[in-house]
Amino acid sequence: MKHMTEEELIAYREGVAAQRAVVAQHLAACEECRAELERIEAVLAALDTLPVPNPGDDYGRHVWQQIASRLPERPARWWQAWFEPQRLGALAAVTALLVVAFIAGRITKHDHPGNDVATKEQIRERILVVAVGDHLSKSEMFLVELSNAQPNSSPGKLVNISAEQRRAEDLLEENRLYRQTALQEGDKVMASTLDELERFLLDVANSPDEVTSAQLEKIRQKIEARGILFKVRVVGRELQERQKATKPAPAQNDSTKIERNKA
Amino acid sequence: MAGDRDAFRVLVERHSHNVFRLAYRMTRNRPDAEEVVQEAFLRAYQKLGKFEARANFGTWVYRIAANYAIDRMRQRKKEEARKVEPAVHEEGMENDPVTLVRDAAPNPERLAHNIELRKQMEIALAALSYSERTAFVMRHWEGCAIEEIAQVLKSSSGAAKNTVFRAVQKLRLALQPFVGKGMQARATGTES
Repeated sequence: MKHMTEEELIAYREGVAAQRAVVAQHLAACEECRAELERIEAVLAALDTLPVPNPGDDYGRHVWQQIASRLPERPARWWQAWFEPQRLGALAAVTALLVVAFIAGRITKHDHPGNDVATKEQIRERILVVAVGDHLSKSEMFLVELSNAQPNSSPGKLVNISAEQRRAEDLLEENRLYRQTALQEGDKVMASTLDELERFLLDVANSPDEVTSAQLEKIRQKIEARGILFKVRVVGRELQERQKATKPAPAQNDSTKIERNKA
Repeated sequence: MAGDRDAFRVLVERHSHNVFRLAYRMTRNRPDAEEVVQEAFLRAYQKLGKFEARANFGTWVYRIAANYAIDRMRQRKKEEARKVEPAVHEEGMENDPVTLVRDAAPNPERLAHNIELRKQMEIALAALSYSERTAFVMRHWEGCAIEEIAQVLKSSSGAAKNTVFRAVQKLRLALQPFVGKGMQARATGTES
């Protein structure tokens, strides 16, 4: 009797044999080949005991959290994002500011007919100052509240942060808009601060609805470790000052630059 | 579907575990496996335009992950060229072979044998070429079709089948002496 080759037996064992029925028939009749197949199976069975760690039930969500901010934007469909319900609020706010800016621009044009280009630039900057100032003020309040939140539960008990998540989601939408605008305007310090804020907001928005006290503490530690609150405050204060100024958008002085760079 | 983040999020959450399992079995360490998972989904998102709607997303992302895992293994080999210690994993000891032997009654001899066997299995897997390890993991553990393996290895189906065969043959050659010892150790444990 002609015995099966090792290759044929491995192919049979791994389910890739061309003629399974023929091999099966032979195995039924040949003790030697059965013994050989058993030896192959013993090795494979040992390999099957090698463990694979369980990454956890929440792993899919964790992966999403890790990659969401790194997913590339799709320029071909960029306009669609503006009509998502979450963004309509931010869109409305910007539209209102543009209307105000347009009216202000017309008035300013009559007052200073010889300084048209400079005035337009100043108005654009003021729009950004007002809108981002408001956003940073809301973000600061959010960060302060989150930093000072005291869970009224025992260490092992879960704390519901779904309300904070919703606020983070709202802020996130606005934040993306302003960060992109700041980048387009070439304001790198502003864009960088908003970028850091965005990462943190994303973390909160993608956290589980309920977290343990330890997880909440980690969130707080992130605020502290990254200095997010401090940076938001510094940039926010600066914008408030610029907003208060009666003259349109004064040029950035050296002390302001130093303060922002420190942040 | 291109650009639809919400839909993509559902896919990521649905397939992450399976991709992790494949990636871990190929890279044999958790940090690399997690990196492979993330990179596979990022690449999948970038290539969504090329994904055919009738195809299975899970299979498609598997292929992307396997390809990246091969790249990662190559990169890791370069990084660890100076290290001499074999990778023996601390995780998942609850599934250690010693606890899975049906008639297990803990005794020092069997424990020692199983630790040795596990170490040898890691060494044997590490000794396979990237193609062989990929082919073995995809076929034996993940049950992928030979055609899928061939696509990842960029070879013909026949060549992919041969790669599976070579991998099993090498593993057998390296491990059979230790598996034989295990049978003896188990017999001793039962008798005592």
